[in-house]
Amino acid sequence: MNTKKITVATAWLDGCSGCHMSFLDMDQRLVELAQWIDIVYSPLVDTKELPKTVDVGILEGSISSEDDLKKAREFRQHCKLLISLGDCAVTGNVPALRNQFKLADVFNRAYHENVTLQPQIPTCDVPTLRVPVKPIHGEVAVDVFIPGCPPPADAIWYVLSELIAGRMPNSSAVTRFGA
Amino acid sequence: MAQPAPLSTVRVVTLTIDDRDFSAREDETIIEVCRENNIPIPSLCHLDGLSIWGGCRLCMVELEGQTRLFAACSTRVTEGMRIQTQSERLRSYRHTILELLFAERHHVCAVCVSNGHCELQWLAQKCGVDHVRVPYRQAAYPVDSSHEMFRIDHNRCILCTRCVRVCDEIEGAHTWDIMGRGTDCRVISDLAQPWGDSTNCTSCGKCVQVCPTGALVKQGTSVGEMVKDQHFLPILARRRHAQ
Repeated sequence: MNTKKITVATAWLDGCSGCHMSFLDMDQRLVELAQWIDIVYSPLVDTKELPKTVDVGILEGSISSEDDLKKAREFRQHCKLLISLGDCAVTGNVPALRNQFKLADVFNRAYHENVTLQPQIPTCDVPTLRVPVKPIHGEVAVDVFIPGCPPPADAIWYVLSELIAGRMPNSSAVTRFGA
Repeated sequence: MAQPAPLSTVRVVTLTIDDRDFSAREDETIIEVCRENNIPIPSLCHLDGLSIWGGCRLCMVELEGQTRLFAACSTRVTEGMRIQTQSERLRSYRHTILELLFAERHHVCAVCVSNGHCELQWLAQKCGVDHVRVPYRQAAYPVDSSHEMFRIDHNRCILCTRCVRVCDEIEGAHTWDIMGRGTDCRVISDLAQPWGDSTNCTSCGKCVQVCPTGALVKQGTSVGEMVKDQHFLPILARRRHAQ
């Protein structure tokens, strides 16, 4: 029966991983979900590369760096349906709070003012930060939005179940900004 | 306690709302009749007990025979009026108004003391706003924590003026008012002085209770802790009118 499972890829951009934790909070329903979907790429699995074509992409976190933007574009390109999961992805939320300040001041606050040992601004192996921080749909088209900080496991379950059943979910029935 | 209504010569009119028949006093507004009959109409500036403002435009309704929309809070019922409170056009306008409110200032629900008790947040969910299509303005507004009991965060203010009206009309202090235009518009205490320096603020907290969002809050509250209580308002409003 499981010849044609729905493939799902997930990633977190500028988020706290809380939305992925909420995904895991579906608990025993994950077993049921596994009958219908295959997670082909995610921080939760070991695959290193996003497959060429994925049915559903789920992005957590806002677009705050060049790396976030690159991942969001990759997801849009490779996923037939793209979901913004959680307030950071949907609104910018906490990461976007830095938009009120100059980037130099944010760096200074994080790497000098609050640091006692070897204060320095990291330059190696870190992606360049973008200004302003944007929600995912500020850069690429998004098909389904699941607000919440984090969205409750029940909301994620509802949205995925509806999509599996071939229906377009109404997220507002189960979650809201800040939920 | 409610005062007995004086015998009046106010006429009763008949009208239809969403194709259902109703009768109402001719001095009532559309929103009052809808609220009495449990017909949901979204609104953020209207509050029972305060004067009419008509600023948020969320309560717009369609009247048969008219092409323009009418604010239910500032339109009185008339004989034979045929009102539609739900239509695709109204849903679309309400949706857009809410999106613009979220885009205008920083309403970061996840880190708001009013999270879970906010009328803006609740209405957004009710009206199916699960994202904001326009870019966020990203403008920073001040936070005034100078008052020893309360705080105002202009980033979360939607300029409904409930605070201005309750302070003037119910408390009688008129500490609050409005200053500036467009995106510079904000509520001010006294002559745009820090709230804590206000000499006529009575610290009654009525403004805090009527504020629909997390703009006016009690000091010392944490995320989700600011629960508002507006029960005092209709009682005090009736007593004021009875005087």
